[in-house]
Amino acid sequence: MVIGLWHYLVVAAILFTLGVFGIFLNRKNVIIILMSIELMLLAVNINFVAFSVFLRNLEGQAFAMFILTVAAAEAAIGLAILVVYFRNRGTIEVEDIHLMKG
Amino acid sequence: MAHEALPVLAPAAPEMFLAAAAMALLIFGVTRPNGSARLISWLAAFALVLALLGEFALGGERRVGYYGMFVTDSFSLFMKTLVLLGSALTIVMGLKYNEDRGIARFEFPVLILLAATGMMVMVSANDLIILFVGLELQNVALYVVASFEREGVRSPEAGLKYFVLSALSSGLLLYGISLIYGFTGTTSFAALATLAAGTAAPGIGLIIGIVFVVVGLAFKVSAVPFHMWTPDVYEGAPTPVTAFFSVAPKLAAFALFVRFMIVPFAPFLSEWRQIIVFLSIASMALGAVAGIAQENIKRLMAYSAIGHVGYALIGLAAGTEEGIRGVLVYLSIYFLMTLGAFAVILSMRRNGRMVEGINDLAGLSRTQPALALALAIFMFSLAGIPPTAGFFGKLYVFLAAINANLVGLAVVGVLTSVVASFYYVRIVKIAYFDEPAAPFDRPIAAELKGVLIVTALLTLFFFVHPGPLIGGAKAAAASLFLR
Repeated sequence: MVIGLWHYLVVAAILFTLGVFGIFLNRKNVIIILMSIELMLLAVNINFVAFSVFLRNLEGQAFAMFILTVAAAEAAIGLAILVVYFRNRGTIEVEDIHLMKG
Repeated sequence: MAHEALPVLAPAAPEMFLAAAAMALLIFGVTRPNGSARLISWLAAFALVLALLGEFALGGERRVGYYGMFVTDSFSLFMKTLVLLGSALTIVMGLKYNEDRGIARFEFPVLILLAATGMMVMVSANDLIILFVGLELQNVALYVVASFEREGVRSPEAGLKYFVLSALSSGLLLYGISLIYGFTGTTSFAALATLAAGTAAPGIGLIIGIVFVVVGLAFKVSAVPFHMWTPDVYEGAPTPVTAFFSVAPKLAAFALFVRFMIVPFAPFLSEWRQIIVFLSIASMALGAVAGIAQENIKRLMAYSAIGHVGYALIGLAAGTEEGIRGVLVYLSIYFLMTLGAFAVILSMRRNGRMVEGINDLAGLSRTQPALALALAIFMFSLAGIPPTAGFFGKLYVFLAAINANLVGLAVVGVLTSVVASFYYVRIVKIAYFDEPAAPFDRPIAAELKGVLIVTALLTLFFFVHPGPLIGGAKAAAASLFLR
């Protein structure tokens, strides 16, 4: 079997969906949300690189580099906020994040 | 494609200046002893004004830089003026609040500068890569300012919620961009526009891509049903940050939204119009209904902002030059009245502590008549009651919708603004007719007083001389439709 563009797109779509569901269905831990966000961004990267190869156009790979960089920055900031949050509340359970409602 | 050897950098000079200024102020702040936050805040506001002057020097004519990825035109000039003014004013307005709360750190103005740089890049983006980079530069700075009161409990929670939902929306946006790139082979707005003009109907892959990007952008402008972060972040973040969130990033995201829909994809108007109409109706309805039960004024302003996004989207749904002019007029009037309303909220201090309850405003007309009058002007304007500026903002988008055969949308807009006026007028009633609560602290900080007087006068007397704003918005809208 030849692995073509559609195989890559389907894998990326599955990973992306898993990432989205990881954010909404997970009721345990904020770290898992961070991992799900990372999964979504990497799924997008698969899309970009696959399209880039298929179209013989380098823009997609350049874009993938930008996404990798930004994802690292976002993860750093997200973990920093999480540390501050944990210091004040002593928990990172998703169900405890509900001081404000309405 | 023949490229010049070096990219043209001149159109991005103000952005480069702002980024350099942020770094310089960061180093300056580190080398200074504690307590220099006030000095650095003023310097940051000054840097923002200098960047604005730089934009004026570039002017409204169309300039393209970075191999066509970056563009400045009348539209970007108009929106950058609002964004830079909003950033500078919120830095200054927040000085006293931050000092009272013990969070007057010099990093705050530096982060606002970085966010402002990101917003300027967003407004000028002419390529999907630049769109993403500007958006993320803004976002990463905003996550930190939202959780800026790090000793508190609510502010880090606000920051965490904003981070998770904003990162999710960035993911959706990127997935959409990857599909657009894959099905067209380009990320440039100009190439996409040529492509769109040459095809009768877009393919299914391209449509799915556009829808994902619209969802991501709807998160950023907090349009229903992607608004759930807004009330929590508005309530939890420190008040100057809330004021900042409700003016600058919202306007920048809206500018990006408008440019993305109009410049490349105006020929597909009939395909994406129904999505915008849905977002608009849902935002107006939720903004009108959910605000009624609120007791916290910052939360109420969040629902108010959601409603106003709905009205501004009416102009985008029209998709005509007149509609975009309506959006721009609406956004600048929203900017004025929201900034003024937050200046009132920042003046609500009792015994050195901030209060945020709507009932704390009771009897304000007897204890502080001038502040009560300003509050009444802003609330009437937010409700859209003539002759205040808010009425004219609504008038222009409704007219554009009617001329674009969207009469139903305009009717829904009028009905929801009637419902929403209930909670705005209730605040005026509490301030004027309820038994007075304990008075607020005096005096109000001089910088807040200045913002209050200017915004109140502009809101009330907008109808006397609306020409410059309407003319500017018209030129800015026209620059988007040049082919």
